[in-house]
Amino acid sequence: MNGLRIYALIYLVFLYAPIILLPIFAFNDGTVIAFPLQGVTTKWFSELMTVNALHDSVKNSLYVAVITAIFSTLLGICAARAQARYRFPAKKGIVGLIMLPLVLPEIIVAVSLLIVFLSLGFNIGLWTIILGHVLICTPFSIAILNSSFQNLDPSIEEAAQDLGETRFGTFLKITLPLVMPGIVSSLLIAFTISMDEFIIAFFLSGTEPTLPVYLWSQLRFPQRLPVVMALGTILVVLSILILILAEAMRRYGLRRSGMQDKGGFL
Amino acid sequence: MLRNSDSARGLTLISPPLLYAVLMLAGPLGMILMFSFVPQSDGPNTLITLQNYTEALGDPLYRQLIIRSLLISAAATAITVLLAFPIAYFISFYVPPKRKSLWLFLITIPFWTSYLIRIFLWKVILGLNGLLNTGLLKLGLINEPLEFILYNPAAVVITLAHAFAPFAILPIFVALEKIDRSLLEASQDLGESKVRTFFRVTLPLAVPGVVASVLIVFIPTVGDYVTPRLVGGSEGTMIANMIQVQFLRLDNRPMGATLSVITMICVTIISLLFVLANRRNMKART
Repeated sequence: MNGLRIYALIYLVFLYAPIILLPIFAFNDGTVIAFPLQGVTTKWFSELMTVNALHDSVKNSLYVAVITAIFSTLLGICAARAQARYRFPAKKGIVGLIMLPLVLPEIIVAVSLLIVFLSLGFNIGLWTIILGHVLICTPFSIAILNSSFQNLDPSIEEAAQDLGETRFGTFLKITLPLVMPGIVSSLLIAFTISMDEFIIAFFLSGTEPTLPVYLWSQLRFPQRLPVVMALGTILVVLSILILILAEAMRRYGLRRSGMQDKGGFL
Repeated sequence: MLRNSDSARGLTLISPPLLYAVLMLAGPLGMILMFSFVPQSDGPNTLITLQNYTEALGDPLYRQLIIRSLLISAAATAITVLLAFPIAYFISFYVPPKRKSLWLFLITIPFWTSYLIRIFLWKVILGLNGLLNTGLLKLGLINEPLEFILYNPAAVVITLAHAFAPFAILPIFVALEKIDRSLLEASQDLGESKVRTFFRVTLPLAVPGVVASVLIVFIPTVGDYVTPRLVGGSEGTMIANMIQVQFLRLDNRPMGATLSVITMICVTIISLLFVLANRRNMKART
């Protein structure tokens, strides 16, 4: 028991090692990302403010991530609702195909989309990234929304319909509010995944880089690395905040439907 | 009647995500398959050809990259799952129910934070003036920085084991949570020791979770691009790097498509064999 606990703590250190290093180098007053440390500075953070290419890439990423989050959540609602409520032919196969991007190597998704867009003569750009991101975010949205829809007591909806609501009215007034925490949490997770996704964006970005694509181009220049560390620190803090919010929403949803918490997003 | 309308509603509802998956996934995957039979620019002047496949399988460079990717992935998967099992076991059996989701949350956080920077930082940790070398030097355990820990397959394996940790922990945790605790009590009441109970009851019942986590780590890691590129050096280059070069540098789509198809086929065959090998375990005991 104690041995296991110690192992678990060491494992957590292993998991968090890279993230803990980020702020250390972001505030380090040296141009080389290595030990020993040189003293404290905030100049890398102020340098962030002056890089226009960075600001553009952040805007591109936000644009892509917001649209991706909305569409993958909409598709996720359809799939999760159908899966929780209805029996239909080939259910396993259909759901399997939709969930496939979860395990498929991302490079395969990226090159297959690239080949299609190039063959059809489309210009690759932000919207082709969005198409790819919606594909890989939808399974995550479905996984999150599944538990929301499965926890829903069907007798509540039946009651609304018995009292004269239409199917659609019931969905809007009863179902949607009850699964809202799941929806918010799906939006947040899809947003986070899209903001962070590199491979698909790398293949499909054309001339408009997203933030990870911009970061990748910077990793080649050693003198740019301290600024990258500062940027990384900000990103880590922001994504942890978003995750805490998503987790809080998920738990709120569970509490409200009176279900026991069985853990994790996946 | 009711059932029919039920299945019609279900199908209507699932049709948008299904249509999307068909257009954006099944279609493009079919396209990749098609392109793998298209002749390269210097290839035969026919409509379709098998030459890409004979070239990809015959060229020792491609062959070596594919085999190496599979081996690196297999090693990373084994290490990831072995390291993950005790954690899943700890959370499921020893963490009080109220704190379980906190632990799971703590484990998933690093997974959601900037993938590129996380992998880049492993380069910092493993590098010549990195955390590991400086630490070991300070402790007096080594006299010169270790050079063999960065830019090789081992570095790729370590970094992948880190990146895919939550993927491995969660399925095992779910399987362990499903185990009826009274079975363990029964085993011990009947005179088995704790260790034997673990090996004869807990572990066999956890097999479905272990199989799931092996697949969920193995399949995506074979196609990982960033990790081998950043920490692998020339010894640790993997097939995804070659696929990227074919598509984006050489503009050789047929060869890129062929390598993608071969990789997918290898991964599928290995995964199916693995599931088949474990099927008896999964069925007989659950």
